Amino acid sequence: MKIKPGAGWKDLPAGGFINEPATALEFHTGDWRAMRPVWHEDKCIQCLQCWVYCPDSAVIVRDQKVCGPNLDYCKGCGICAKVCPPKEKAITMIREGEEG
Amino acid sequence: MAETVLLEGNAAVAFALKQVNPDVVAAYPITPATEVVQEFSNYVANGEVDTEFVAVESEHSAMSACIGASCAGARVMTGTSSQGLALMWEMLYIASSLRRPIVMAVANRALSGNINIHCDHSDAMGARDSGWIQLFCENTQGIYDTTIQAVRVAENTNVQLPVMVCYDGFVISHAVEVVDILSDAEVRQFIGPFEPVAPLLDIRNPKTIGPLDLQDYYFEHKRNQAEVYKNVEAVVEDVGEAFGKLSGRQYGVVDAYRLEDAEVGIVLLGSTAGTAKDVVDSMRAKGHKVGLLSIRMFVPFPVDKIVGAIQHLKCIGVMDRHAALGSYGAPLFTAVRSALYGKTTVPVLNFMYGLGGREITMAEIEGIFTTLETTAAEGVKGEGIYWIGVRE
Ligand code: SF4
Ligand code: SF4
Repeated sequence: MKIKPGAGWKDLPAGGFINEPATALEFHTGDWRAMRPVWHEDKCIQCLQCWVYCPDSAVIVRDQKVCGPNLDYCKGCGICAKVCPPKEKAITMIREGEEG
Repeated sequence: MAETVLLEGNAAVAFALKQVNPDVVAAYPITPATEVVQEFSNYVANGEVDTEFVAVESEHSAMSACIGASCAGARVMTGTSSQGLALMWEMLYIASSLRRPIVMAVANRALSGNINIHCDHSDAMGARDSGWIQLFCENTQGIYDTTIQAVRVAENTNVQLPVMVCYDGFVISHAVEVVDILSDAEVRQFIGPFEPVAPLLDIRNPKTIGPLDLQDYYFEHKRNQAEVYKNVEAVVEDVGEAFGKLSGRQYGVVDAYRLEDAEVGIVLLGSTAGTAKDVVDSMRAKGHKVGLLSIRMFVPFPVDKIVGAIQHLKCIGVMDRHAALGSYGAPLFTAVRSALYGKTTVPVLNFMYGLGGREITMAEIEGIFTTLETTAAEGVKGEGIYWIGVRE
């Protein structure tokens, strides 16, 4: 049973269950972000440290290559910027709403 | 084949558990419910049940393990008392919110402090709003019968809620009484095979249980849950009737004793009903029109059955074995009086008794009936709240 947004109490599964998988995908935790990571492709050495450490699995990797944060889910914790090698500094954190 | 045996209250629970043969029992021993766990673990050790017995390190863990096992798809039972029930508190709400059909024996005991191991109902009353069905037992036979019925009530597809089987600590948990038992086959046929609703281990239907639930859905989920309690009374009555056909012992949500033509009556929970029935008989023999309403199902509160049984009386006394500190009257009293609002204007008095295992005597109960008769004739004196058996 799929829960429609705005469903009334009679239309909810018993026990507050969510009877379908992977619904966290629909929960865009990126809304919570106050700081935003900006990825600089030219500086990136593809060490994948940011991907390993991101607590929200919000670093996008395609063909084994980092291609920046997924801003639908990135909460802006700044861990990726912290673990990015200091010589490269390929990720910088800016205030959400500012231009990168 | 019915058989008659001697059992103390806790042993009656353990024996019923053995006959039910649940998949999982996770429990931690606590006086006066220790023998439930102790005797049941003997059955496990002797290979008389197939149950996975989880010896946990606390009651909080006991209920957590029960909830986890139940979510996985197991038939789960446990037992506790007093501080143990209090330690389970946050998990109790989770068990009911997740609609877990867990059956738990609760040997009612006072809550600390000071430290006391004897009977009152403060443990169960603390859990009143936790969403568990609460069935109270009058004697050891009632414990045995109710434990078995509780399994069928909890697992009914229109219910799917946890049930507490409450019985007075020491007063009946440790009283050896004659008990008629059913055969294992009869019990297993009565409860039927366990069919879990939406178990987690049904991996073809993946699901999330107990997610974060904030402003946008929590309210709807509570409203959704509240609705199911309307189904419970009919199921408890049906199961009580079916059990009557099987055993000859019929059960309902209330037990009315000589109330039809009574003028005053007492409402109460638990083992004191047995004593009060004897008082009713002896006072009836002297010409007093007195009666008793023993409430078997306290949660959900069977309003119509209670009102129907007592609204004709001229004065009603509600006996609470719990002091709701700072409240205007104790829980049974406030529930009964609220149920009667608009139905009758007769006085409803509250009698607090038996805290921490203080004995309640026949003479004291007779005194309560006399107070009710006097109040019926002369009106309420004072606040209408009395403490019975306490030294002034
Ligand atoms: S800021 Fe935090 S959440 Fe966002 S991509 Fe970096 S590590 Fe992940
Ligand atoms: S940690 Fe920095 S350098 Fe390494 S892959 Fe991520 S962005 Fe590139």
